[in-house]
Amino acid sequence: MTMSGELLTGNLAAAWGARLAEVDYVPAFPITPQTEIVETLAGWCERGDLAARFVTMDSEHSMMTAAGAAAAAGARVFTATSSQGLLYAFEVLYTVAGWRVPLVLVNVSRALAAPITLESDHNDVLAARDSGFLQIHAETCQEVLDSILIAYRIAEDQRVCLPAIVNMDGFYLSFTREPVSRPEPDRVRAFLPPYRPSHLGFKASRPQALGVAVLNSVGYSHFRYQMHLAAMNALAVHQEAADDFARLFGRRYDLVDGYRLEDAEDVLVMSNAFATKGKAAVAAARARGRRVGLLRLRVIRPWPSAAITQALKGRRTVAVLDQNLAPGLGGILYQEVAATLGGEPDRPRALCSFVGGLGGRNIAEGEFEAIFARMAEAGERGRGVGPILLYTEEDRRQMDQWVTIAGNR
Amino acid sequence: MTWPHETYSKIKQLPLEEQVLPGTSLCAGCGGLETLRLAAKVLGEKVVFVNAAGCFTLLAVYPFTPFHGSWLYTTMGSAPAGAQGIRDALDVLIAKRRLPKEEDLKVVVLAGDGTTYEMALSATSAAIGRNLDFYYFCYDNEAYANTGVQLSSATPYGARTTTSPCSLQHPAGTVREKKDIFEIWRAHRPPYIATLSARYPLDLAEKLARASRIAGPKLLLALSPCPTGWGFDPFQTPEVARLAVETGLWPLKEAVQGEVTHTYVPKRRPVEDYLRLQERFRHLFEPTRQEAAIRHIQDRVDAYWSRVRAEPPR
Ligand SMILES: Cc1ncc(C[n+]2csc(CCOP(=O)(O)OP(=O)(O)O)c2C)c(N)n1
Ligand code: SF4
Repeated sequence: MTMSGELLTGNLAAAWGARLAEVDYVPAFPITPQTEIVETLAGWCERGDLAARFVTMDSEHSMMTAAGAAAAAGARVFTATSSQGLLYAFEVLYTVAGWRVPLVLVNVSRALAAPITLESDHNDVLAARDSGFLQIHAETCQEVLDSILIAYRIAEDQRVCLPAIVNMDGFYLSFTREPVSRPEPDRVRAFLPPYRPSHLGFKASRPQALGVAVLNSVGYSHFRYQMHLAAMNALAVHQEAADDFARLFGRRYDLVDGYRLEDAEDVLVMSNAFATKGKAAVAAARARGRRVGLLRLRVIRPWPSAAITQALKGRRTVAVLDQNLAPGLGGILYQEVAATLGGEPDRPRALCSFVGGLGGRNIAEGEFEAIFARMAEAGERGRGVGPILLYTEEDRRQMDQWVTIAGNR
Repeated sequence: MTWPHETYSKIKQLPLEEQVLPGTSLCAGCGGLETLRLAAKVLGEKVVFVNAAGCFTLLAVYPFTPFHGSWLYTTMGSAPAGAQGIRDALDVLIAKRRLPKEEDLKVVVLAGDGTTYEMALSATSAAIGRNLDFYYFCYDNEAYANTGVQLSSATPYGARTTTSPCSLQHPAGTVREKKDIFEIWRAHRPPYIATLSARYPLDLAEKLARASRIAGPKLLLALSPCPTGWGFDPFQTPEVARLAVETGLWPLKEAVQGEVTHTYVPKRRPVEDYLRLQERFRHLFEPTRQEAAIRHIQDRVDAYWSRVRAEPPR
């Protein structure tokens, strides 16, 4: 039986992902807007709905260490965090990836302090992009659940053996109820077999040493490069998993998600939940006669260069709308997309960079229309623009008012 | 009072098998390595060491390991959390019958004083609070040794380190007192805590044996003379270790369910005998003798032992 159309928040969908994956161990630490995930799992473990051990840890640094160590001992491990919590775990992200152990971490994206805020953007998760964790970015609550199952499949594959982050936007997905079709446990087992690692595990009869010092550049280069190759293997493994997933559940996930790309001359690149707004704006612009499309980056690590190039080559204009801001640089994903297209003979005439949605700020349809207009103009001139921050007159007036109230003027 | 040895009362009873094999890249005469060697004999080979950054991280250097058992290098601040993950996973896998009970392991954190007294203290406090069944073995060399001997909260009054040099303003070097990690642990009410010295191998082995009969968090705190950091000849390690105990500076004791017992009460030689052997205290004697500083160290030791006499073990 497939329950279709049940209303679940992104957080509940994530908890269901872990439950359906029949995880063994959940170390946790609270942070908004992720807490609903671990609260839900705590309840299920307590009541025996999920045969896992749930432990509240003392910090994300400890939480990630416990998660990685348990995975190294042979358990299937799930955990979740957000924002400052992800940063607090940073040292351990690299450590755990270096141990080459699979686990799934859901990150509920939230902007980084200071100033502190609760709302979403992607500076947190993108800061982790070089840690060795794979990264899948979800657009919908359904995709959150499905991606967790897919992430375990990839992470545990012998060709990969790396941990994975499944990312969703705080508030926009974490607390928004959407219809979610919850996969049937038997089918999940067919897709994601029980975790029985033959190569990992601390046990008396077969000792293992993990994370040992190398103390020389030859050893270090070797292991670091092995991680890179493993991450690259994840591209093919993802496609196999996606095929199986589509066959079993009827939903298809590719490395990138194209929307109305067929004849699009200008393509907007986005990720995560705001891509839904972007798609709506594309539909509206199409209705007004603009030949635009959208490319959503779903798998960000490994970076799917070939899929991106395939989707973007030969276009007139490509613009990346980043929901992050690297001070002194601009948008992070723009840089990666631009670098990918740089060596392509048939590259777009113009590359544009927009930064918006910071700290959860909405992007209105009118702003998308302005972006499409700038893109068309850039394409005609053959020269890109940006980085341009989406910030309206209205925003500026609001800010002026606050500055006055705060007494700084 | 003599402390009853239940398992080890003669040197001949110590296990012959070595669990830490020779040929590591640690310094000659490393007192910490000797404490670990003795402790590991009692722990046996069904062990997973969870290591924090420090000198002992260099025990396992790819592709070599000196252990029969397992090893996980974590980070400086989170080895107790690594122990939590392994312990929990082993428990879950055994409960789910995915791992036979005979495959179970003792989970042992292996860390220096910098980790133990400072960076991993919150992770440790939490692990004790969760009543984690693990051993915490600390080789206390009273400094961040691996990074070149810097001040840690375990550095004793009067010692010079590279970040607490002695100068005209600070002629005595470090003037803060060594943190009392034994009492910090004890305030958490773990079932077992002990101090150790490699120069007292029977006392050490007996304490390891007692610890291994107790479930829950167990601290084994070994004063570990460091020829490199403390400045003495490697052949003097046993003598330095002995004098630390005989002067009363390093009390050998245990706390079972919070009840403290001094397992050896020294006759107590002057602290000077111990201090004089080491370069890190040389400034207390040369070029001029710093009577006040030496007196301070002696007074503190005297005060400690007079409290011990005032409160005899129940
Ligand atoms: C987060 C972090 N900060 C700093 C270091 C550098 N570091 C490596 S070993 C070490 C000293 C550890 O001191 P201690 O715990 O006393 O062990 P010892 O060096 O004496 O063996 C330090 C500071 C590190 N590895 N990680
Ligand atoms: S520096 Fe000291 S503690 Fe570290 S290995 Fe050398 S002797 Fe041992």
